[in-house]
Amino acid sequence: MPSKTTNLPHFVAPVEETPLVAIDSVKVDEKPSNLWIDAWRDMRKRPMFWISAVLIVLVVLVAIFPSLFTAAAPNNNCYLQNSNGGPTAGHPLGFTKQGCDVFARIVYGTSTSLSVGILVTILVAVLGIVFGAFAGFYGGWIDSVLSRLGDIFFSIPYILAAVVIMSVLSQYRNVIVLALAIGIFAWPSTARVLRAEILRVKNSDFVMASTALGVSRFRILVRHVLPNSIAPVIVVTTISLAAAIVAEASLSFLGVGLPSSVMSWGNDISQAQTDLRTNPMTLIYPSIALSITVLSFIMMGEVIRDALDPKARAQR
Amino acid sequence: MAGYIVRRILQAVPVFLGTTFLIYFMVFAMPGDPIIALFGDKTPNPAVVAQLRERYHLDQPFIVQYFIFLGGIFRGDLGVSFSGQPVAEILAKTFPVTLRLAALAIFFEMVAGITVGLISGLRKGKLFDSSALLVSLVLISLPIFVIAFVFQLVFGVQLGWFRTTVGFGAPIQDLIMPALVLATISFAQISRLTRSSVIDTSGQDFVRTAASKGLSRRRIVPVHILRNSLIPVVTYLAVDFGTLMVGATITEGIFNVPGVGRTLYQAIIRGEGPTVVSFVTVMVLIYLVVNILVDLFYAVLDPRIRYAK
Amino acid sequence: MTIGRTADDERPILEVKDLQVGFTTQNGVVKAVDGVNITLYRGQSLAIVGESGSGKSTTAHAIIKLLPGSGKITGGQILLDGVDLTAKSEREMEEVRGTGIGFVPQDPMSNLNPVWSIGFQVEEAIKANGIASGRKAVKARAIEVLKEAGLGDADRRMKQFPHQFSGGMRQRVLIGMGLAANPKLLIADEPTSALDVTVQRVILDHLESLTRDLGTTLLFITHDLGLAAERAEQLVVMYKGRVVESGSSVEILQNPQHPYTQRLVAAAPSLASRRIQASVHNEQQEIEVDHADDSAAEVIDLLSTAEARAEAVEAASHKEPAIVVEDLTKVFKIRGSGNFTAVDSISFQIARGTTTALVGESGSGKSTVAKMLLKLEDVTSGKILVGGKDLASTTGKELFNLRSRMQPVFQDPYGSLNPLRNIGNTIGEPLQVHGVGTRATRRARVLELLDQVSLPSTLVTRYPNELSGGQRQRIAIARALALKPEIVILDEAVSALDVLVQAQILRLLADLQAELDLTYLFITHDLAVVRVIADNVCVMQKGKIVEAAPTDEVFDNPKEQYTRDLLDAIPGASIELAS
Repeated sequence: MPSKTTNLPHFVAPVEETPLVAIDSVKVDEKPSNLWIDAWRDMRKRPMFWISAVLIVLVVLVAIFPSLFTAAAPNNNCYLQNSNGGPTAGHPLGFTKQGCDVFARIVYGTSTSLSVGILVTILVAVLGIVFGAFAGFYGGWIDSVLSRLGDIFFSIPYILAAVVIMSVLSQYRNVIVLALAIGIFAWPSTARVLRAEILRVKNSDFVMASTALGVSRFRILVRHVLPNSIAPVIVVTTISLAAAIVAEASLSFLGVGLPSSVMSWGNDISQAQTDLRTNPMTLIYPSIALSITVLSFIMMGEVIRDALDPKARAQR
Repeated sequence: MAGYIVRRILQAVPVFLGTTFLIYFMVFAMPGDPIIALFGDKTPNPAVVAQLRERYHLDQPFIVQYFIFLGGIFRGDLGVSFSGQPVAEILAKTFPVTLRLAALAIFFEMVAGITVGLISGLRKGKLFDSSALLVSLVLISLPIFVIAFVFQLVFGVQLGWFRTTVGFGAPIQDLIMPALVLATISFAQISRLTRSSVIDTSGQDFVRTAASKGLSRRRIVPVHILRNSLIPVVTYLAVDFGTLMVGATITEGIFNVPGVGRTLYQAIIRGEGPTVVSFVTVMVLIYLVVNILVDLFYAVLDPRIRYAK
Repeated sequence: MTIGRTADDERPILEVKDLQVGFTTQNGVVKAVDGVNITLYRGQSLAIVGESGSGKSTTAHAIIKLLPGSGKITGGQILLDGVDLTAKSEREMEEVRGTGIGFVPQDPMSNLNPVWSIGFQVEEAIKANGIASGRKAVKARAIEVLKEAGLGDADRRMKQFPHQFSGGMRQRVLIGMGLAANPKLLIADEPTSALDVTVQRVILDHLESLTRDLGTTLLFITHDLGLAAERAEQLVVMYKGRVVESGSSVEILQNPQHPYTQRLVAAAPSLASRRIQASVHNEQQEIEVDHADDSAAEVIDLLSTAEARAEAVEAASHKEPAIVVEDLTKVFKIRGSGNFTAVDSISFQIARGTTTALVGESGSGKSTVAKMLLKLEDVTSGKILVGGKDLASTTGKELFNLRSRMQPVFQDPYGSLNPLRNIGNTIGEPLQVHGVGTRATRRARVLELLDQVSLPSTLVTRYPNELSGGQRQRIAIARALALKPEIVILDEAVSALDVLVQAQILRLLADLQAELDLTYLFITHDLAVVRVIADNVCVMQKGKIVEAAPTDEVFDNPKEQYTRDLLDAIPGASIELAS
């Protein structure tokens, strides 16, 4: 047994060294903050946010006001005498084999890509939120039915589904039909993300406290549960905008997207593939436009994820 | 474990019925004459049209048509191509090639993705990590056909390392470039996922406890960090298989790989509706099977699932 | 003891000198540990006591050099058997860990790797430290280690995975792993705070006898002063990264010198309940701790809180019951494994203006009772009467009105407030939902409520994530009080709080009860707190009430073995306090 001789002396630190503070004192000198305010403060400090924001604004401007960026006519900018021509004044990227102004086609193709992207995203977000929210919040048989339905739609890769739909609807190829064809099979991943998040939030004590107050179920969903579960949906949605733009280009590339008369980056790349050896830049330029647009949305999604998801933030 | 397998397979039944129904619905519940619609602006061979009309029993009510179609699938009758050739026959020739390509691609993306992800995760915020982030973001943003053309142009045309199209019999050396292309998209996702999973696991209490036992870093990283981080990566593989199939369709088309993907690619490009529908159905069936297999593998990796009641 | 006394015994096994630990954050380096000194001799036991954020766990992690993330030792020395660990490389530390220092972590749920079997994880500890070699020898040693740690059927359970073990069993495994290589020093970081009290006691007893038999020196980290004093000969009290007082446990407890230690002693529920017991027996009212200086005004003495309650209760006990529960039963249907009876025909009454505590360990069904009372969970059978009204037949508008008379406060201070709504809206929500008053009167009521829970009115526009756990619990209390309810159901409402904050909130609850004539149902696992706040106690075990009586009776004369076990498990029960 240890002897008493090794017992330590009774040490007491001078009170001045660690002065006592009031128990649980309130800090009120800081700025108000919650998830959204914090996220915004975090995002605006990151260069990646500003780079992607500027690119997105630029893409949107080009889509809405193409004539500000090129003098070429929207429908009539191909002259065979320019076939495979190099860059000239007003036509900075040269011409395709058909003599089309590469730059002008890229500029006019922007709105096609962006509108498909936005329409698909809206569709995916609405379907995903409705299905995910109801499945997660109400549970039971509603969840079983909605989740199985999601599984079924999820089991057909959305590009393959869109290929079938667009093949059957070959007479009706336009932006809206294309967006529907992509979006109708793309929503389950959004629904799954939201459902998982709602399952987490709906068991919070604050939801129980509201139920104990007599707040109706639907109002709890809309007021308390959804706002606290929506953050990952915003991330997924931003990324799905990028995915939809890629999907449009892929389908147009395969010839089941928009008719070749419509100016779109996918069509441009598709038409240029035969000239890969002779005039590769006619393929490269629209690819760059496509990739930069997609990259800007992907980067934005990444920045938003970092700002909204505490786990992602800790991983930086 | 047995209970888990049975449950997982039972769960797949309604999904299987649902997906096949959806595909059938997409084609045959559309307004107008679906057979004519399938051929688009092409002029069909009257014999094939007659064959299709008989095959799809268009005189029957829709739901009966679907069940006849379903029965066909169970008998191994996967439909006919545009030219009237049975799909099962085409599949027998093309499937082995696609399998080789897919296996090669999955091998590349797993090895590279997990390695890069592990190093990034262990060296969070260092130069390697930031560079890997940049590369993967760019790769995610590039549609697969753009990557395919760039590879063809740079490695095929300019550097001459590979043949731009695959030769007869699809030898492995010709499949390397398409497999690399196919691997790029998922490589980016897998490396990001592995990184985040590795960081997550490294911060877990059991990793600290492992170190407190006196284990060396060289043991902790593979046994406690990597092993646990692989679980979400494997789940992702299943989800990602859909991307892989779409990617294979485009890649096989561009590199002229004589696989299932090229058959579908050419059918799409040529507007051969019957072939498209049959092959999409085949791919969806493969996807369902792969998902079940990955879920079973997942149970092997995670004892919490293996031993759940 | 077999170990002979040599000159070695005269040298401390662990000597921490002026230890400094910093964490790099966005706002620069934050000092978590600042100038800590610890001396620990062979065969002795020492406990570091402090609240969350005191730096006690950081000190423990620094000693074994496993600081999380950006943490770094920025100064001082850590001498293990005279060898400075701060100078050692990571590779050299791998040699020290396991054999030199063993570690038992806090949370048994997260400290075992879920994908490897128990046997694998014990065996790798044995192999890494070269304790045994060869598959058979390693396995034999692993079984031995687990058996020593109290897993009787170790050979059978080696192949099982962590999720197949209960919390207590996992903690035994962790203790076994910590001791697998016979370390000279064992650091136990809150080794039982995640476990039920009765399990806690058994495990700590076992740990104590094991370390005694092995001659291992024990360094113990805890937030519970009573537990620390009971289990360790030496105490180090930490506050804000510094040591404020250290020395022999008994002496510090009986004669705390530093005002912070005095605060802790006064606020520790386990000690308070001892003192209350003493005062009941001796009719002595002057067992108060000496308060050294003016800061004593800050000290919330649980003893005085309990006394204040006792007076108020005298009058209340004869009024009609606010809640009557008769034969209440709840059966959950579990898929695949039949039914589970969470609550098994229990009955009790709560008189208006009094507090009844429902005490039990995890899984006893106490929280299910709360949920049924709040009609958040359906009743399987039995009756609940609130103010004479049968809860089962109350629906629609009537239920809506009834809800305003009975409000809850939940356990988790971080989950009980909607993080996206500001404090004003949160407290005002009940008023808004029930359409009470106008916008202006509602605002006035919110300010009044903030004042009642002693928070500044400036908080109205703030968000929950800016507040501490105790402040959030105050907000939750304010929200519960907004509609002037008669009954408040407190479901582990103070369990997640540090002792000082806990004492403050208990005091607030007592004051509010006296002021507003509230009826409390106080649900807790902590019998020590019950002594301070409750008039009557119902002890629950496996869905049944095994004992129900006035608080003093339960403490002085427990009838059931289970109640006695619970009472014995209150740490610090055996400590002689100053009289």
